[in-house]
Amino acid sequence: MTIVQNPQIDAPDQESTASKLVTRVKRVVASNPSVLPTVAAIVIFIGMVIYGELAYGRIVQYNTLSNLLINNAHLIILAVAMTFVILTGGIDLSVGSVIALSSVAGVMLANAGWNPWIVILLMVLIGTLFGLASGILIQYFNVQPFIATLAMMFLGRGLASLLSTQPERLAEESPIRWLGEQFKIIDGPKVNDVVITPGVIIALLVVFGAFFVLHRTRTGRTVYAIGGSESSSALMGLAVPRTKVLVYVISGTLSGIAAVVYTSRLGIAQNITGIGWELDAIAATVIGGTLLTGGYGYVLGSVVGALVLGLMNVLITRDGGIPPEMTTIITGGILLIFVLLQRAVTSKRHT
Amino acid sequence: MSEALPIVEMRDISIEFPGVKALDGVDFRLFQGEVHALMGENGAGKSTLIKALTGVYKIDGGSIVVAGQERQFHGTRDAQSAGVSTVYQEVNLVTNLSIGENVMLGHEIRGAFGVNWRATHAAATEALARLGLEHLDTHKPLSTLSIAMQQLVAISRAMAIKAKVLILDEPTSSLDAAEVEGLFRVMRSLRDQGVAILFVSHFLDQIYAISDRLTILRNGRYEGEYLTRDLDRHALISKMIGKDLGALSSLGGNRRVDDRDYAAEEPLLTAKGLGRRGSIEPTDLDVHRGEVVGFAGLLGSGRTELARLLYGADRADEGEVTLHGKRVDIKSPADGLVKRIAFSTENRRDEGIIADLTVRENMILAVQAERGWARPIPRKEQDELVEKYITALNVRPSDPNRLIKNLSGGNQQKVLLGRWLATNPELLILDEPTRGIDVGAKAEIQEAVAELAESGVSVVFISSELEEVVRLSERIVVLKDHQKIGEIVNGPEITAQHVVDVIAAHGVEAAAESGIIDAEGQHDIAASHPSESSPADAHAYAATEEES
Repeated sequence: MTIVQNPQIDAPDQESTASKLVTRVKRVVASNPSVLPTVAAIVIFIGMVIYGELAYGRIVQYNTLSNLLINNAHLIILAVAMTFVILTGGIDLSVGSVIALSSVAGVMLANAGWNPWIVILLMVLIGTLFGLASGILIQYFNVQPFIATLAMMFLGRGLASLLSTQPERLAEESPIRWLGEQFKIIDGPKVNDVVITPGVIIALLVVFGAFFVLHRTRTGRTVYAIGGSESSSALMGLAVPRTKVLVYVISGTLSGIAAVVYTSRLGIAQNITGIGWELDAIAATVIGGTLLTGGYGYVLGSVVGALVLGLMNVLITRDGGIPPEMTTIITGGILLIFVLLQRAVTSKRHT
Repeated sequence: MSEALPIVEMRDISIEFPGVKALDGVDFRLFQGEVHALMGENGAGKSTLIKALTGVYKIDGGSIVVAGQERQFHGTRDAQSAGVSTVYQEVNLVTNLSIGENVMLGHEIRGAFGVNWRATHAAATEALARLGLEHLDTHKPLSTLSIAMQQLVAISRAMAIKAKVLILDEPTSSLDAAEVEGLFRVMRSLRDQGVAILFVSHFLDQIYAISDRLTILRNGRYEGEYLTRDLDRHALISKMIGKDLGALSSLGGNRRVDDRDYAAEEPLLTAKGLGRRGSIEPTDLDVHRGEVVGFAGLLGSGRTELARLLYGADRADEGEVTLHGKRVDIKSPADGLVKRIAFSTENRRDEGIIADLTVRENMILAVQAERGWARPIPRKEQDELVEKYITALNVRPSDPNRLIKNLSGGNQQKVLLGRWLATNPELLILDEPTRGIDVGAKAEIQEAVAELAESGVSVVFISSELEEVVRLSERIVVLKDHQKIGEIVNGPEITAQHVVDVIAAHGVEAAAESGIIDAEGQHDIAASHPSESSPADAHAYAATEEES
């Protein structure tokens, strides 16, 4: 944040890219207090990394950070999905159970000998279908997003349990596992390697895609506008109904993709997979600075939010002295701090 | 201009809602390069006609021709793409996005990598420049602008999407005089650029200041189209309300010549040194039986705050209130009600009506609250009460089972008045009961207040329209900067100017010269920032806004 204090230079033509960036960041922060919670999330993440390094060691090294991404790729994708929905002022509670249904169905179909690529496509489409159903319920039947996606959540969980109540194991030789396979990028000393999985690449592509859609397309700007005021957006002639359905379709589809990424890494699907993940995704989004009432927030913030949650688990494991039950309490505490921070920012804006 | 073909021609438009004919054979035409005022009382069908044009409502009969083609739009989006843009009373923009985005939303300029923000903001600046607002930083959030500036941004948006027809539905109701002048300058400039402007306002002065032509509606029917300069105020109002102005102007005069000696009587309510830190300085006040006491002052002068202390919405930190000679402590509005003090809020929409309840339910609410929920009012008694006040206050439509949100503002206000009258109060506090309602309903409410006072009810009447306060009140309490600065005993020689003089004489900043009250006193004196209301050009006041 110190660079922000640089005096503003009247942009000459040969201005360097760096000072352009500085001016830009400065202008964004100065004109837009809503980026503050996101900036705070980044600061907290860095703080946690530093604390972890000092207290336990072996945090700032290749394999820890690689594993952080690998283990949380699905959560990052879910947080991105949730960001779209929350930006419009909605909520999607069905993402966790969509993952359960999609994984169980996918693994069973793959084990039944279906073409793995068709299986992956179907897993994604299951999510799309659930999102579409939520969107239509919300937009055209005027059901509250909370209720509509709650219904979808129960439906998804129920269907998954109908398929199987046993852990379904993906065959060792299934090509789907390739998505979870680890590739060494940099071979460090001992096990300290930079490792990446196709799943992580998918997650990164999702993040960049979402960023592009939200910040560089009319549809994305309409998402923000709906969060600002749905009725104003309609009167401004924006495609409100289409966009509202679309955000749930996006959310569902991304849940399907998260199911693929998660299943390929774990190799096991179960009907109880993903219980409470919708809440993790909401927490990540809120910690990342997205306002639950909609209109303010950034997809990159949600990624940081997901990493904060992931890193917290790592630190608790490393500590060893903290009982695992404390995880949820700490998550709750962090969430509370961020909500209070948002409250402070919004009240500043209104006065 | 008028020899050319009209850009909008609506013929024989009819719209029916269940049970009501909202529009009945209305004609309307709009030419390029004119400002055309649409006139009529609340409920005359102005909004319905606009919604018919923009496709929000489907027409049941008639034809709409836009730019030579018969059209029936399917909503705002459709209308906009045909060049018909609307700016509403409530600014319909999104405050979470930047000024530039609000101008360009849905029409952003796109390049190979999605939206090209540089070009988009440049286009926004260009659109703002057409209104003389090129100095605004389009990257700043819209929420940094005042309502008046947001209104202008909304108009810029219409220009950015190349509107040929601009509909301004009561754009001035929340602007002060200088801001209105800024808006008019923009409207004239757009008119000269060939834009056809449809303008709706309740302020007759504004109609005469800006419009070239006007169409009058009454009760959903077409009353006529006139050149504004051919029709004087009297004729215009008569055509709008369909009867002579006599009833209106006879009001008032007789109330003033009231030679009761109030000082000799024991007051109904006395406040001594009543105050609350941060909202109103210690104030003395007497209200006598059957007296109308006006509270005059600018918005934010402490009018509402003083009233809130009187009926218990806020607790006073100091001073005391005596009612019927006995000291009382009014703890809450419910307690106020028990002591026969009723209050009708200035914020009709949020604190007044319950939008999704019927006229009947809204009206009996206070009586029911007073009796307690355990003792429901029998249907027969409800019917009698509701019937009585609907008739007495001339609520239209007179259907008690209609949802109140479907009534016009003036009629909602009458229902609220009925709600408090039903509690049979001794002291009725009316905060801005006539704001934003048309001249006919206004006269009816004023008449009701005068009659109430005749019948012995004491009324505290708060209004930004000084003319109205002077016309109705026996005594005028003048407030400024959260304190009472004077009291005027009304008489035939007192005019709104006297009140302005009292406000102006107090303190250094002379509010009178800031142009917040025009000759007719028709204007809202909502200017709370004297610095902004100086007769400056649009640039100057825009600059003030940016700093704040």
